[in-house]
Amino acid sequence: MAILEAKGLTVDIPTEDGTVHAVRNVSFSIRPGSLFGIAGESGSGKSVLTQAVMGLLPNADIGGEVWFEGRNLIGLPQEEMRRLRGGRIGMIFQDPLSSLHPFYTIGAQIAEVLHAHEKISPADARERVVEMLGKVGIPSPAERYDDYPHQFSGGMRQRVMIAMALILKPALIIADEPTTALDVTVQAQIVALLDAMRRDFGTTVILITHDLGLLSSVADDVMVMYAGHRLEYGRAADVFRAPAHPYTAGLLRSTPASYRPGTELAPVSGRPPSLLATPTGCIFAPRCAEALPRCSSEPPPLRRFSDDVESLCWLEDGASAARPAAAAAVAAKAIKPELVAEVEDVRLTYHVGSFFGPKRALDVLKGINLTIGRGETVGLVGESGCGKSTLARIVAGLVPATSGHVRVLGRDMSTLDARQWRDMRREVQLVFQDPFGSLNPRRRVGAIIGDPFRLHGLASGEERREKVRHLMERVGLNPEHYNRFPAEFSGGQRQRIGIARALALNPALIICDEPVSALDVSIQAQVLNLLRELQRDLGLTYLFISHDLSVVRHVCDRIAVMQGGRIVEMETAERLFADPQHDYTKTLLSASKTLPAFEEGGRRSLIETRVAS
Amino acid sequence: MSTVTTTETSPQTEVVQRGSFALTVRRLRRDTASMAALCVIFAIIVLAIAAPWVAAMTGHSPIEQFRDTGLSPAGIPVGPGAEFWFGTDQLGRDVLVRLAYGARVSLLVGVFASLIASLIAVIVGTTAGYFGGAVDLVLSRLTDLVMSVPFLLCALALVSAFGPSLTLSVAVIVFFSWAPMARVIRGQVISLRRQDFVLASRSLGAGPLSIMVVDILPNLAVPIIVYTTMQIPNSIVFEATLSFLGMGIVPPTPSWGGMLADASSNSLYLVAWWLIFVPGTALLMTTLAFNILGDGLRDALDPKSARTMRRLKRRPKAGAKP
Repeated sequence: MAILEAKGLTVDIPTEDGTVHAVRNVSFSIRPGSLFGIAGESGSGKSVLTQAVMGLLPNADIGGEVWFEGRNLIGLPQEEMRRLRGGRIGMIFQDPLSSLHPFYTIGAQIAEVLHAHEKISPADARERVVEMLGKVGIPSPAERYDDYPHQFSGGMRQRVMIAMALILKPALIIADEPTTALDVTVQAQIVALLDAMRRDFGTTVILITHDLGLLSSVADDVMVMYAGHRLEYGRAADVFRAPAHPYTAGLLRSTPASYRPGTELAPVSGRPPSLLATPTGCIFAPRCAEALPRCSSEPPPLRRFSDDVESLCWLEDGASAARPAAAAAVAAKAIKPELVAEVEDVRLTYHVGSFFGPKRALDVLKGINLTIGRGETVGLVGESGCGKSTLARIVAGLVPATSGHVRVLGRDMSTLDARQWRDMRREVQLVFQDPFGSLNPRRRVGAIIGDPFRLHGLASGEERREKVRHLMERVGLNPEHYNRFPAEFSGGQRQRIGIARALALNPALIICDEPVSALDVSIQAQVLNLLRELQRDLGLTYLFISHDLSVVRHVCDRIAVMQGGRIVEMETAERLFADPQHDYTKTLLSASKTLPAFEEGGRRSLIETRVAS
Repeated sequence: MSTVTTTETSPQTEVVQRGSFALTVRRLRRDTASMAALCVIFAIIVLAIAAPWVAAMTGHSPIEQFRDTGLSPAGIPVGPGAEFWFGTDQLGRDVLVRLAYGARVSLLVGVFASLIASLIAVIVGTTAGYFGGAVDLVLSRLTDLVMSVPFLLCALALVSAFGPSLTLSVAVIVFFSWAPMARVIRGQVISLRRQDFVLASRSLGAGPLSIMVVDILPNLAVPIIVYTTMQIPNSIVFEATLSFLGMGIVPPTPSWGGMLADASSNSLYLVAWWLIFVPGTALLMTTLAFNILGDGLRDALDPKSARTMRRLKRRPKAGAKP
């Protein structure tokens, strides 16, 4: 008996460009008390699907049926839907800061949920809220009842959200990317809490995430979505052990978490399709490595295998388990002893103080020492707020350090005059985290990449255009797209534009500030491989900043682990993973998820083929 | 919705990527109020441009007084009729011709004053927003100061000191209308300045002027267009106010404000309603049209605005079942 069962769910959202087919003909059923994972990249329709189920999409055309406790949720009157939300179905959102009201105490906000659904005295409500806060792991809940959201850390806020979702003991909880906004070490705690809560309360959990590693550790069943289609569906253990659909296999291969030393990541080529178009064949065919001729002309059938894994694919035996041959094992780089950048005892102190009170010194960086040799990639890892981005800006010369020295190519940043500083811009370049914010939305791509030439008066007219086209080709962009605006590109392509801009002046050092953390897994691998390829061909030097150890491990020669404004450990990449010394490094390593290895060989047989309907 | 058919027959749907300009035009064209406003504005521009032809067609100069045909024997103005379509005023002048020439003054002052005011507002707002600190403090307090000066009092004092003229009217209007827009621009620049693409430009070695002009200014296009459009009716009304008080355009040059003043000065409107009705309607329609257009532009340029969303929501209901 399923607690929630969807049959042929279809969601169409009208937009100005036409109808977006966000979810197409998706069916699934969730066993009571299980943890159901929905995995997919951005735009795969995983959030839209649950919002449609909850009746939160008044604009959309929703077709199909969703059965919950004997009722079809699609087309249920708003009033009944409202009673279900919160009462029988709880929700946890991605950003715990914006989903809590900043002007009310957290206790009052949770109690409000109780009052909205039950007749209960304020004293009883308080008692129940305090009890629940304790259960989700908030220390001394009775005192913290009267605190405001800003007095909690991100992880604690998410615990508050979980308490709020659980307070009415709903039968089902939908958690939409509950850990994406949190630090790695906190992510693991929150997932563990969700897992513990569902066992304690017998609540069913739908966990929506783009992070396959997260699902592989906790989910019972998993559904992989792509461009609104359900491509694969089955027990998590079976799916992760041997993915039946090439897309799932590709995702698992491209995750840096499944990295083996000495290999390149195997990205899923291409980019996600437009949701406006209706495909003739399989939606994944253009990006599929194992596509057959019929894949692009006929819609794929639904294959059901002996272990109950279902896959929407023409392949009869499921995806091949073989990893593509390790592309040319990366030769050990000869790192010349020449130093590109030298950071010596750099400190940064902000003076913050209230208008009346005494000034307080806030140490952001507490004495950083770091060297970067030519042709080397140095990784900088740490959680948000540890000062790694600030350090990047100091090395780039954009923010002056309070004390200490930053030398790039032997020249001290702090002693440069305006002219020399401008010349230094040719030597140090930045690639930013946010591929949307770092490109001016109102300027054409050609102008953006040509900016370095314009600002330094290096090339103009046809010569500049020629150089920009060459750069675009270099980073894998179509030079014909010279006249387009950034908005017409996908996230991965935008990041390539940012890389092209950084490359333009042939700098000695490129600082990559979380260059892939805003990208989807399948795109991440493409960009990481591009960065490596460019380094190999052009002999670039990178300072690579990330919060994700597995990403850093993949590209870096040496890794510096930062905590609270200090570098606590600095070691070559493999040594760091093999033998971490500092406690914090160990915590980070244990929090980063590793995926189970694929199992080779045919151990499953096809038992049923249905025409997709 | 039970089965998905048709997928195998329908060819790959071509997805059209529309530019932001094409999208804006599309949204604007779907907005009937804006299109009507645009028509009114167009008609008034045609009237202003064609003023000499209107005069030639009717054979009446805007300042010529037709004491024989334009006034009744008792000296009362003639109402709308075959010879004077919109009637005559108290001196026997043709109201239609004067209206056409008055449109020239109104549009000229309205558009010019608004453009100059916008230019000042952009310069002040961008400088204050980008540099911040002491520069911002000085410029923002200056903006506050201008906003707190009583407009009419100051305008009257200036005009009585220097004597009324077209240039002075424009100068006074500009002085009193740049401040609110400068505040808006400043706020926008402050948030734009913190964006990564500004940091990216800085890290490439771009100077403040380059960042302000190349990076920030294009992103201000929407507020500048909307505010300038909304400023035009304000300037037109300002000009009419000044002329009404005898402080704007020097008679006998026709202006809408002056025409209204003439009508009210000796209570003639009690017998000759058209003296109020014609220039009053023209003024009302013009300012209304510009305001509606500005509002429509804001919605069209901002795809996330509530009105665009609501319109989208309504549309599919009609075409949901093909």
